[in-house]
Amino acid sequence: MCILIYAESEKGKLKKDCFELASYASLIAKTLELEVHAVCFNADNAEELSNYGVIKTYHYKNKNYLNFDATIYSDYISKIFNEKFRFLILSSSSNSRYLGGILSVKLNASYISNVISKIESKSSIKVVRNSFTNKAFETVEALEKNVILSVAKNSFEIIKEPVTVEIEEINFEMSGPINIVTSIEKSENKISISDADVVVSGGRGLKGPENWHLVEDLADVLGGATACSKPVSDLGWRPHSEHVGQTGKPVSSNLYVAIGISGAIQHLAGVNASKTKVVINTDPEAPFFKAADYGIVGDAFKVVPDLISKIKEFKSSNL
Amino acid sequence: MKILVCISHVPDTTSKINFCDNNKSFDSDGIQFIINPNDEFGLIRAIWFKEKTGATVDVINVGLNNTEQTLRKALAIGADKAIRINTIPKCSKVVAKSISKYLESNQYDLIIAGRESIDYNGGMVPGMISALSKINFVDKCTSLEITNDNVKAVREIEGGVENISTSLPLIISSQKGLVEEKDLRIPNMRGIMMARKKELIVIEDYGFKISSETVKFEKPLTKNKVTLIPSNNIDKLIELLNKEAKVI
Repeated sequence: MCILIYAESEKGKLKKDCFELASYASLIAKTLELEVHAVCFNADNAEELSNYGVIKTYHYKNKNYLNFDATIYSDYISKIFNEKFRFLILSSSSNSRYLGGILSVKLNASYISNVISKIESKSSIKVVRNSFTNKAFETVEALEKNVILSVAKNSFEIIKEPVTVEIEEINFEMSGPINIVTSIEKSENKISISDADVVVSGGRGLKGPENWHLVEDLADVLGGATACSKPVSDLGWRPHSEHVGQTGKPVSSNLYVAIGISGAIQHLAGVNASKTKVVINTDPEAPFFKAADYGIVGDAFKVVPDLISKIKEFKSSNL
Repeated sequence: MKILVCISHVPDTTSKINFCDNNKSFDSDGIQFIINPNDEFGLIRAIWFKEKTGATVDVINVGLNNTEQTLRKALAIGADKAIRINTIPKCSKVVAKSISKYLESNQYDLIIAGRESIDYNGGMVPGMISALSKINFVDKCTSLEITNDNVKAVREIEGGVENISTSLPLIISSQKGLVEEKDLRIPNMRGIMMARKKELIVIEDYGFKISSETVKFEKPLTKNKVTLIPSNNIDKLIELLNKEAKVI
């Protein structure tokens, strides 16, 4: 019996979270005594999965079809997932989550999302997941024979486990997708909030969009993404895609820096999966201080420029 | 055009989260319930189509009779008819199968369901309905324009968007962006009065088996106290981030 991971690629290369997924699958494979296999589409570096315990990779290859299509991809993944397989492991990316619901029907599988734990026992398949926007952990038991898990981002480490891999290359066709992607708008040199290890976020305390260079410059020196609170996106200071919180994007970065954000409960819910939180606010009573690891009570217009130059100094002395 | 909006009945975003029944269920004592925000963005877009193009908008919920207040709110905002499937929504698959079963005898051109509910955060139901009912699906939709049969949708992806051209029938998962926060509506007295007269159909439990089961809930441990750093000692913060938190 085997575990299958869907290893997502972008522009012909496996994404970094594939290695996180493969490491996770290898970890649970030991408890379940199963083999780890992978399926990918157009990934020139498919063999790299073998560094993380994947012993067989099904590589769908056709350079004419570089766009993702949930219906067609889910059909091809279902074809691989024969009676040999019991588990399918997905990441939490937009494309993987798009496939999850569809595949849970096609594979007659229990589907559990936002998974943050391993599987402890072979006899009953139970995992812990984030629920109530990180305000609770839910232990869920899968009741169907087949199981799909989508693993929460940044929850598991990459563990090297080199093995010999067999790669099976298979041609695939994308005949007549119903959803035709007419264009993709994506800024090439900006890190997205969901991919970033560091997120720097600004709130109404910054007084206006003209002051956003503080957030941008700090994100730059930290190599992070920029984000904002809900009022800021509602006021139109920043695009909705930057809104983090309960109705916006969830953040699970290693470092989250909040500047001039008071920390409404809905905002905290969306960001408290981040490992280290730094809060800069003039108001010592701001609720965010209760949820933060490090806090500075002070004026962002003085503190942030100082912080930027000190981090630059630190980085250049630690090269 | 006939539109169906799937409505989840969820605790208000400011609710304190507690559990009861041996930590197996959410404690709804003293909790105010609302339309799931992601569903509400979809509902308001549906009502926009109703007002501009004369579409009809039905709303559906899988739940017990305590959810009817939330369905009535959707009717007060402008939906035409509500359907409640009298089932405890124990897992996403039961919800999806119930809605899909309803769709076998009721045709819609457009089905909208929120990207995820803000309580259980499953994010599974729209994709499941699409596969069960074999309806084309666009996930995480942030814009939707429909002219005749031609649909232009925008799907959010990491760090950007995908512009998609597609057709009806269609199911989308809705979220902010589909309409703006300022477009959301508070029901007025006239709407509330009219909602009382609108049809709310109750369908008995279809009896689907659950696919996964909650074993228990736990609340995260309370955090250690924040370490405050004087604003004139940024070096200290950098030292802590480097040596203690090890994030830079």
